[in-house]
Amino acid sequence: MKKQALVAIGAVMLLSVGLAFAQDATPEMTPAMTAIPGSGMITGPADGEAQALTGAGSTFAQPLYTSWFADYAKLTNVQVNYQGVGSGAGIKAVTDQTVDFGATDAPMTDQQLSDAQAKCNADMLHIATAIGGVAITYNIPELQSSSTVLKFTPDTLVGIFDGSINTWNDAKLVADNPDLKDIAQPIAVVHRSDSSGTSNILTSYFAAVNSDWKTNVGAGTAVSWPTGIGQKGSAGVAGAIAGVPYAVGYVETTYATQNNLPVAEVENKANNFVAPTVENVSAAAAGFTLPADLRIMIVNGDGDNTYPITGFTWALVCPNQTDAGKALALARVFWWGVHDGQSYNTQLGYAPLPAPAVAADEALILKINVGGKQALPTDIATPAAS
Amino acid sequence: MAVTTAPERDTGMQRGESIFKNVVRITALSMIVLLVGVIILLAIDAWPAIQHFGFAFLYTSEWDPVFDNYGAAPFIFGTVVTSILALILATPFAVGGALFISEYAPKTVGSVLSFIIELLVAIPSVGFGLWGLFVLAPFMRNSIDPFLRNVIGPIPVIGELFKGPTIGQDLLTASVILAIMILPTILAIAREIIAQVPRLQKEGMLALGATKWEMLRSSVLPYAWGGIVGGAMLGLARAIGETMAVTMTIGNSSQQISASLFTPGYTIASAIANQFTEADTPMYFSAIVELGLVLLLVSALFNILARVMVRRMTRLPGGAAAQ
Amino acid sequence: MEQTTRVEGAVGVRELEQRRRAIYSVEEARYVRRKAMGAFMVGLLSSLTIIACLILFLIVGYIAVNGVGGLNEAFFTQTPKPLGQTGGGIAQAILGSLEMLLVGAIIAIPVGVGTGIYMAEYGNGHINGVIRFSLEVLASLPSIVIGVFVWALVVRTLGSFSGLAGAIALAFIMIPIIGRSVEEILRLVPNALREAGLALGVPRWRVIMQVVIPTVLPGIFTGVVLGVARAAGETAPLLLTALGNDFINFNLGQPMAAMPLAIYNYASSPYPDWHQKAWTATLVLVLVVALFSLLVRVTTRKLRYVR
Repeated sequence: MKKQALVAIGAVMLLSVGLAFAQDATPEMTPAMTAIPGSGMITGPADGEAQALTGAGSTFAQPLYTSWFADYAKLTNVQVNYQGVGSGAGIKAVTDQTVDFGATDAPMTDQQLSDAQAKCNADMLHIATAIGGVAITYNIPELQSSSTVLKFTPDTLVGIFDGSINTWNDAKLVADNPDLKDIAQPIAVVHRSDSSGTSNILTSYFAAVNSDWKTNVGAGTAVSWPTGIGQKGSAGVAGAIAGVPYAVGYVETTYATQNNLPVAEVENKANNFVAPTVENVSAAAAGFTLPADLRIMIVNGDGDNTYPITGFTWALVCPNQTDAGKALALARVFWWGVHDGQSYNTQLGYAPLPAPAVAADEALILKINVGGKQALPTDIATPAAS
Repeated sequence: MAVTTAPERDTGMQRGESIFKNVVRITALSMIVLLVGVIILLAIDAWPAIQHFGFAFLYTSEWDPVFDNYGAAPFIFGTVVTSILALILATPFAVGGALFISEYAPKTVGSVLSFIIELLVAIPSVGFGLWGLFVLAPFMRNSIDPFLRNVIGPIPVIGELFKGPTIGQDLLTASVILAIMILPTILAIAREIIAQVPRLQKEGMLALGATKWEMLRSSVLPYAWGGIVGGAMLGLARAIGETMAVTMTIGNSSQQISASLFTPGYTIASAIANQFTEADTPMYFSAIVELGLVLLLVSALFNILARVMVRRMTRLPGGAAAQ
Repeated sequence: MEQTTRVEGAVGVRELEQRRRAIYSVEEARYVRRKAMGAFMVGLLSSLTIIACLILFLIVGYIAVNGVGGLNEAFFTQTPKPLGQTGGGIAQAILGSLEMLLVGAIIAIPVGVGTGIYMAEYGNGHINGVIRFSLEVLASLPSIVIGVFVWALVVRTLGSFSGLAGAIALAFIMIPIIGRSVEEILRLVPNALREAGLALGVPRWRVIMQVVIPTVLPGIFTGVVLGVARAAGETAPLLLTALGNDFINFNLGQPMAAMPLAIYNYASSPYPDWHQKAWTATLVLVLVVALFSLLVRVTTRKLRYVR
């Protein structure tokens, strides 16, 4: 029964993803056409709902969340204030319960989960909201008019970030990028200065493809970078790359495209050079079996077109809420986000959630409770009926 | 006011008086409580890190949240380098400006010049950061840094300061921004001190046939020296604690300490600003708070020293000059 | 003796002349050198001053030129658009700054004024020394440290980033400035004024409140304005306390936006539209603070006149 429902959701989901791609060019949202089952359930304000929520964390997902919440405020009058302070700060803030929800692109570690139990009495829910690719972007004035983009192999990419490749005309780089042979300029590496899920996705990828990186630097939201300058937030990194000639760095794809920065292709497991397009990022999730709590890294995935530096981004919510109004508002806004909100993803350069992730999200959202009572109204919580 | 009988009035008066006195006394004493409270609260939160790392916190250079290992040497290094360099850059301009405005310039010109310089106080620190990020950093990267590298770079020893690729957001740029920010502070105090030099002393020198510069050199500067050094130290204290403008221009990188001023760095203050809200393990958080405690103690120390030196010269009026 | 001198003298007429010339030329060279040194120093000092002023002028100029383009109605009346879209304004930050400054001042004025009154009117040398020392150390606290303290004290305790925490952090910045300037200004009031009141049998506190304070009200006002002006530009403590907000919010229990926070966030973004807003917000902030300072100048002049 449950399996059937999942299959049904999956089928509709694939269809809707296809449709979403098809109508990529038209920015207007038509939920009726592409709707995920469970969409359209939230149509206006609800009685007893908190009028203001505060969230903080991931800058990776900030363009998505600010777009979501601007429209969600028009729909329900609930003002969801989202501040992009970095994933680490999001985890910290929700652990301290200084915000209503956190946001991160690095799943909480077991240690962090147990730390968070002190105030929440349960494991933080990881509600997946989108899949995003980490774009490797750069600023080489000589190549500005060039139509080809740079190509990086796992080795050259790690080499740049560990400082062993420090000029643009290094033989290893020129091997894949003949255009670079005359660029005798030092590479200015730009990384995040704050604790970042984007950094976590990149360093997890480096750790997966390079054992030296794994032992010397490791994977995490804030690592001890061997080289480069640090910038706060994805926006800070994108701003620095735009402003500093011969810089290279990493940001969520949206930040690169919004800022007209070139996006490099990266060699994947199947030895193809791929760009972080919505399709290629989407493909990354396909090869993984999702755990029920959705805490999973999906870097360096299988598949011919899979973009390897890819990850989920999550909203972090404590299931045991004390304020009924806030619990209702939280449950509703994320229900809306993982269903109706998915139609924003493609447009902003994120991949929409695959059906199994949406199903897992639904189960997680139902766990939000006040004193054991499910916060989400039951009339919203029965989408599979459709 | 005086319709009541004398004894009643007395008790009423006394009660009113004692209430008022106690209220203002409590507010005033609460300042002491506040200061002690700040130190104690920070010390409590910093205690795990203090206990775990001991003094090694101050001289080890590994700041690694992944492995939960914290040594603050890169931040301390960045703070020391940028604030001292800022002082070296700012002091000649500040003292020269103060001498020129108070001794050479006609009164109207002097007051216009000092007004312009005081205008700087109106610019918030984040405004300096904005200018530093969009105007100064590209200028340093494209003009000043290559010049320094080509001219001073080849000289042994000193040249080591100007080696490596230039990004524009580095120790040098942060120092220049800091220098601009502390210039008005030092200048204002230097002017005030110079104004305190007894006229008789100056006129005596001139009467003996000294030129103006000789008069300044042998009667004004020796007299004002202590106060000017105090003013410079106040500037130093301000530079040590400055957060936003530095955060926006220094490059925020805690890589290993290097001699070149073209390396991006971190100061204690900018490290707190960047990492405080995200310190997600108890030890990380504690280490960040310990940074705050170190910053508090160091800047307080410099401030007190500076004030003692300035006060020896003159009573600071309303702290206006010290701001 | 006479002969020898004469002989020497006779011999030395030329020599004397030579000697005199030599001395003269040495003197003259020294004189020229001294003059040149003086002129050189005039040049050096004036160019140092001019360079300093030029840099400062440049900064103000950049802020004015870059900022003025963004001054429009939307800037003052609208809230930000989602990340990456152009348009919108920073109304929420302007209102947030105003509210937090107001609440901060409401907290800081009684505390600062009370402290100043105690130090000037009651405290003895010893206790005053300790209080003044505390005020000076508090005044010299790096603003980021105030942020850490208020986070631990208010945000962690109340369990939320909030406008209230931001206002308290700003009050911390205002209190030492207000306290010290009130003390200074009260010390300027001639003792004869107090003695006259006390001699009439008026209790001390009424003398202070009804005679002393009214004479120095403009001066106290100056201290308050200085404190508020200083707090208006503070960013670092708000980063850890008020957090920021994209919506207009008057609830002190909720996170609140502020202009310096907006400038910081917008400056470090990749969007030119946001860079423009950062310059404009800086310009507005500088103008407001400069206006405050002008106000202070006018009132202090008036005060001097009264005195």
